[in-house]
Amino acid sequence: MDIIFGRLTIDSLPFYSAIAASGAAITVLGALSVAGVITYFGAWRLVLFDWVSSLDHKKIGIMYIMVALVMLMRGFIDAAMMRSQQAIAFNNDGYLPPSHFDQIFSSHGTIMIFFMAMPFLSGLINLVMPQQIGSRDVAFPFMNSISLWLTTAGAGLVLISLVIGKFSTAGWTGYPPYSESQFTPGVGVDYWLWAVLISGIGSTMTGINFLVTIIKCRAPGMYLTRMPLFTWTVFVTSILMIFAFPALTVACGMLVLDRTLGFHFFTNAMGGNMMNYINLFWLWGHPEVYILILPAFGVFSEVVAVFSQKRLFGYISLVLATMAIGLLSFTVWLHHFFTMGSSAKVNSFFGTMTTIIAVPTGVKVFDWLFTIFRGRIIFKTPMLFTLGFLVTFTIGGLSGVLLALPPVDYLMHNTTFLIAHFHNVIIPGVLFGYLAGYMFWFPKAFGFKLNDKWGAWSFWCWIIGFYLAFMPLYVLGFLGMPRRMEHYDIAAWQPHLIVAAIGAFIIFLGIVCLGVQLWVSIRDRNQLLDLTGDPWNGRSLEWATSSPAAPYNFAVLPQVQSVDAWWDMKERGVAYQRPDRYEPITLPKNTFISAFIGGVGFVFGFAMIWYIWWLAVLCLVLIAGAIIVRASDDDSDYTISADEVKAIEDARFAQLAKAPKNEMEDEPGFAGFPAPEAST
Amino acid sequence: MTAEAAAMTGISPRDAERYEEKEFGFWLYLMSDAIIFSLLFATYLVMVGNTAGGPTGKELFSIERASGETLALLLSSTTFGLAAVALSAADRSKVLIWLAVTFLLGACFIFLEIGEFRGMIAQGAGPERSGFLSGFFTLVGTHGLHVSVGLLWILVMIGQVLFKGLTAPVASRLMRLGLFWHFLDIIWVVIFSVVYLPGLL
Repeated sequence: MDIIFGRLTIDSLPFYSAIAASGAAITVLGALSVAGVITYFGAWRLVLFDWVSSLDHKKIGIMYIMVALVMLMRGFIDAAMMRSQQAIAFNNDGYLPPSHFDQIFSSHGTIMIFFMAMPFLSGLINLVMPQQIGSRDVAFPFMNSISLWLTTAGAGLVLISLVIGKFSTAGWTGYPPYSESQFTPGVGVDYWLWAVLISGIGSTMTGINFLVTIIKCRAPGMYLTRMPLFTWTVFVTSILMIFAFPALTVACGMLVLDRTLGFHFFTNAMGGNMMNYINLFWLWGHPEVYILILPAFGVFSEVVAVFSQKRLFGYISLVLATMAIGLLSFTVWLHHFFTMGSSAKVNSFFGTMTTIIAVPTGVKVFDWLFTIFRGRIIFKTPMLFTLGFLVTFTIGGLSGVLLALPPVDYLMHNTTFLIAHFHNVIIPGVLFGYLAGYMFWFPKAFGFKLNDKWGAWSFWCWIIGFYLAFMPLYVLGFLGMPRRMEHYDIAAWQPHLIVAAIGAFIIFLGIVCLGVQLWVSIRDRNQLLDLTGDPWNGRSLEWATSSPAAPYNFAVLPQVQSVDAWWDMKERGVAYQRPDRYEPITLPKNTFISAFIGGVGFVFGFAMIWYIWWLAVLCLVLIAGAIIVRASDDDSDYTISADEVKAIEDARFAQLAKAPKNEMEDEPGFAGFPAPEAST
Repeated sequence: MTAEAAAMTGISPRDAERYEEKEFGFWLYLMSDAIIFSLLFATYLVMVGNTAGGPTGKELFSIERASGETLALLLSSTTFGLAAVALSAADRSKVLIWLAVTFLLGACFIFLEIGEFRGMIAQGAGPERSGFLSGFFTLVGTHGLHVSVGLLWILVMIGQVLFKGLTAPVASRLMRLGLFWHFLDIIWVVIFSVVYLPGLL
């Protein structure tokens, strides 16, 4: 092996196949065109000094969501390729060779879970949670930025695997012994491992950061029992992150040791135990499902109350259900491998626990339904996604209860029924929630709303496309079709697969509508301006700030007296009050050190994948050096003087004074703003 | 301790709050790290019998060396405690002395451990020999890696005490380093009782 380049050679470039080469070309052109657009607008200074180096939680949140949307597109292209391959590959090879098809299903799952859903959720939380609890920032802004750039480094490794080398063919779960170097030499599995490891470290830090923020940084009067439901779900999700992600780190770290240094954790021979990997992986993997979905539940809880114009039904029961789900999520992981051959007692324990976890989830569904019941519903797009979620997610949940029964699972294991089930919970549960949150909080991030008509179009494409794409997979599961088939010779399967491909195409239209919505909204932003900071007649504190919020969020920390703090302030007539005088505010300075650590982390991963040892060591030294430099800097804050705060707030109140009436007033069924005289 | 440091240098309540946030965050990190170690322990226990015809712990471990390592690490925890006492007395030179002694004891531990690993690898009992040895090297090696990072951290803190003095941020970092160091000590006690003692008995 070469001492300078490790196992990296010129043959690693994808000129061996037209499809691989065009994937690489699209990736490279995408990167170049982003750079081109930035250069065209002369925005490099802005991008670098206002965004990349920023420690502002709102900007970090927006950057997370940008990563998520880019990766959503990449992950969807993978999905579309699989659906089209399976639609045509009856009794022929289709257009994708097996090794390529295997890379595609592996990268689809990896991207959607680690680099679409995780950044999307971290982004929404970053943007909203500190404002919901009346805080000026997260507890550790610098660590927040490191998490962002480590996640981006992981995403970058997945993207660059298209250009240099190949990606894993071992699925998004990377089960050994297939993923061991004995059966899968080459760099594919290593790309997967290092992308997951590096972003996983970022996620652990994110969890710590959010939990400390919620526990230590709440505004006066914001007791735990007054926190908005979204913040509650973040609270539980953060705990799950802190305690579940180490299992992923351990499982992947051991697989790295097996592959790189010849250890025998999961090998066939020499005392390896491959089931240990599968245990460790799902010890993270099942809580991960709830890490993803709980914040989406939080979004639905906010959206459903605002657009039903009612107080959320059953606040305490929703909080308790969230905690119960968090606890139970650690007791069900074995249902991912009932067929491992554990004793009937073990399987029935995990089957029972899995069924029980449907109970708190059901409590939540009923709470949302009762919130809608006799509410005056306003059908904005976030509400459409919520309604679509309630119906669709319930179906997916029920198929999950079916799979929780070990005897049924023995029949359904590894069939497309499973694929249908988990897409049926993840797409309406997680993705619809994040998209609802994206449209709900977009004005808070940018100061103008998203076009609602295109949003509605997107919703209808998503939901119709979803049913067409995944209901056939339930049927195919009953017909005995295994997952991940590159081609097949059973004629009865093909019609269902063609319908599924049509569904994927309609989902594609939904993604196009999202793009058009963004474009149209930016074009018409002056008509969509949100001058009040409270475009939906909201209930929680994030609507008390201006849109977009000032760097410090709140010039004066709010005094909270109730659940639905902002609604309560409006009712008591203390909203939009100016203080007698302003205080100076201390905020963290921008720094490039975190982005530097992320960039070096990316190179470190690349070096480990290609066995370029000198580079890996150099990267570790650089990271250690960067951390020491930062840790020795005791002057990392700056202060906004009281006069500057006053100037910003003067502008905000001038804008409020000229704000036209709130657009919600024109909605049919608008129930009115809370007013002091309306309170009892 | 943060309170004493605050009284000592007169830091603002906002700064005191931030040191508290950092300390709480560090505790959460330690809990997360504890999960890593508990999974490594679980894996070791699953694999302890998977020797694949290779040597067992009984043939490989030496009670003298393991006891020496234990002695060095436990003593280093004591000396770190003495550094913390000196910190609360705001005695800079004593803080430096005890940090240096802690560093030497920690380095002694790492030296003994590296010797142990080299010896095992030399007699063909490296981590690639069997599942049992993979589990052993990973568990004990991960702890050793943590101690090494701790040593680097001690050096950095010696530098900060030298150049910045016992300022409030430095004192707060020393407190977190203390948490880290004692945490590693506890992990080692478990390693000694789960790996070495049963292996030798």
